[in-house]
Amino acid sequence: MSGLTLFQKLWDAHVVHVESDGTTLLYIDRHLVHEVTSPQAFEGLKLAHRLPRRVDAAVAVPDHNVPTTDRSQGITDPVSRLQVETLDANCATFGIREFKMGDIRQGIVHVIGPEEGLTLPGMTVVCGDSHTSTHGAFGALAFGIGTSEVEHVLATQCLWQKPSKTLLIKVEGVLGRGVTAKDIALAVIGKIGTAGGTGYAMEFGGAAIRGLSMEGRMTLCNMAIEAGARAGMVAVDDTTIDYVKGRPFAPTGAAWDQAVAWWKTLHSDADAAFDSVVELDAAAIEPQVTWGTSPEMVTTVHGRVPDPAAAPSEVKRHDWTRALEYMGLSAATPIEQISIDKVFIGSCTNSRIEDLREAAAVVRGRKKADSVKLAMVVPGSGLVKQQAEAEGLDRIFLDAGFEWREPGCSMCLAMNADRLEPGERCASTSNRNFEGRQGQGGRTHLVSPAMAAAAGIAGHFVDVRTF
Amino acid sequence: MLNGLVCPLDRANVDTDAIIPKQFLKSIKRSGFGPNLFDEWRYLDHGEPGMDPASRQPNPDFVLNFPRYKGASVLLARDNFGCGSSREHAPWALEDYGFRAIIAPSYADIFYNNCFKNGILPIVLEAATVGRLFAECDASEGYRLLVDLDKQTVTTPGGEVLAFEVDGGRKHRLLNGLDDIGLTLLQSDKIKAYEERRKTEAPWLFA
Repeated sequence: MSGLTLFQKLWDAHVVHVESDGTTLLYIDRHLVHEVTSPQAFEGLKLAHRLPRRVDAAVAVPDHNVPTTDRSQGITDPVSRLQVETLDANCATFGIREFKMGDIRQGIVHVIGPEEGLTLPGMTVVCGDSHTSTHGAFGALAFGIGTSEVEHVLATQCLWQKPSKTLLIKVEGVLGRGVTAKDIALAVIGKIGTAGGTGYAMEFGGAAIRGLSMEGRMTLCNMAIEAGARAGMVAVDDTTIDYVKGRPFAPTGAAWDQAVAWWKTLHSDADAAFDSVVELDAAAIEPQVTWGTSPEMVTTVHGRVPDPAAAPSEVKRHDWTRALEYMGLSAATPIEQISIDKVFIGSCTNSRIEDLREAAAVVRGRKKADSVKLAMVVPGSGLVKQQAEAEGLDRIFLDAGFEWREPGCSMCLAMNADRLEPGERCASTSNRNFEGRQGQGGRTHLVSPAMAAAAGIAGHFVDVRTF
Repeated sequence: MLNGLVCPLDRANVDTDAIIPKQFLKSIKRSGFGPNLFDEWRYLDHGEPGMDPASRQPNPDFVLNFPRYKGASVLLARDNFGCGSSREHAPWALEDYGFRAIIAPSYADIFYNNCFKNGILPIVLEAATVGRLFAECDASEGYRLLVDLDKQTVTTPGGEVLAFEVDGGRKHRLLNGLDDIGLTLLQSDKIKAYEERRKTEAPWLFA
């Protein structure tokens, strides 16, 4: 008999009940809640006169609607304000822990979970947000759910699920200098497509993954959903345990020792069988830049915008043509000749301290190009912001003409005031380049923090390795 | 059973941001998203919450605005429909507009799951079959498909019967309009037993 995959171990540890057809009632250890996908769930509970089963398992934070500029006047948009106030009221009513807007611990839900030690190895973690896959970086089973399931988890602490198939993304070798986890993520999506991981739980393994920091692993697992996989995950190792140790909500004393003993078993066995395996050579991965309106529309910084005539199918030819029209690009344009109007460094993909350090290292001693209207840096949480300021990163950005903002989701999806105007082109460290994602008519190119920073200095995409 | 007018949306990878743009997610309600379904494709002017749909400028080139597809309840789509954000506002908007079934070669997982919670049946048919349905729909105004969830079939106007797969539990709940939470709470003893066991095995999860 072959060994178990990490996914199978996590799954088995959370089975409450199995129906005859394999549908499983799975126990949920951690429920992260934000203001956009929860109001209707809380309303559902109230209408049915139900109470949350375990308020201690939930934690809430407003992140999508919060302003990243001066917060002394609160939220000016009345619709956004109502949504955040509704979260505050629901958390107060039901007794759920919340990091409110004025709290230093407030930030993007997928940044604060790990930062506070609320996300731990071996947990099942859910949130009404597709980027919940981020938390799989800790050897956790983490996936996004809809609002009906948010209500279901609040009421029952469980979800009905069927086991996913398993996919191993094996990245061996050593990443080149200036090449980051974001580039691995985009290279994977370029290889397997945005539906390549559909139906799978995706585990990232190999020497290049073991060499990544927790921040890098979070970036990678965050983007698993852009490859279609609801869950991404990385095995627990010393890097994981060192990161978790001493976090505010991490176990201590005897419980810590007991936890670590279990966590150390959270890896796929050497003889585990996956349903599918995809291999990449880390050394061959170059800095990536998307050119279209889907994360799979990606090439290297030395690549060119492709010609739809060369598309592999009729459907793709149609999509590429439409994407080039939307993006205002013509076939065969070298990526390095694409000029940008704005830079966005932030989002649950790339707003952690390591991301800001990487961007600051590129920006240090340089100036934003005059042609770039706005370059904004949005830390992932109040604590990331504090740490960055303690290291002087804010000064480096400000001296270069970049803006230094308050934490939140910001222009990743532009639910607050931060957005692209029609036709504006952005070098963005976020996760989705969909039409209108960063503002109606806005044109998004997904890149790593270092590549976004370099584009902000040069005014166009450049290879950060030779910049 | 549904005998529905079919609207063809000939694009792959239609994401949930396109189905319902972010500005409408600020609503704290579950209904009223229909007028803003596909907002950025459907209207020429920029939409914001609270705008009167009658005051908007419809995009005459967008398929949902073609007179021949008015009243459609079956959406014909391409691969990876509903990718991206987990927002359940996407099926809420489709349902509120009047769609009851979607036919596509594949869906994103979270969207697929969300549909069943909201009375929408996401049907998977082979890409070649879907391609044929697109051609038939395009060729014949008033093209309707008969969807029978109980028998798990789609029947074309020409009498062709196409079988589809659907999970038994989901089918049962959709057909009977059952309350998921109520059904789960029938397992309360097992949930409690699991929690008691885990409190010993992994006490830090209950600290």
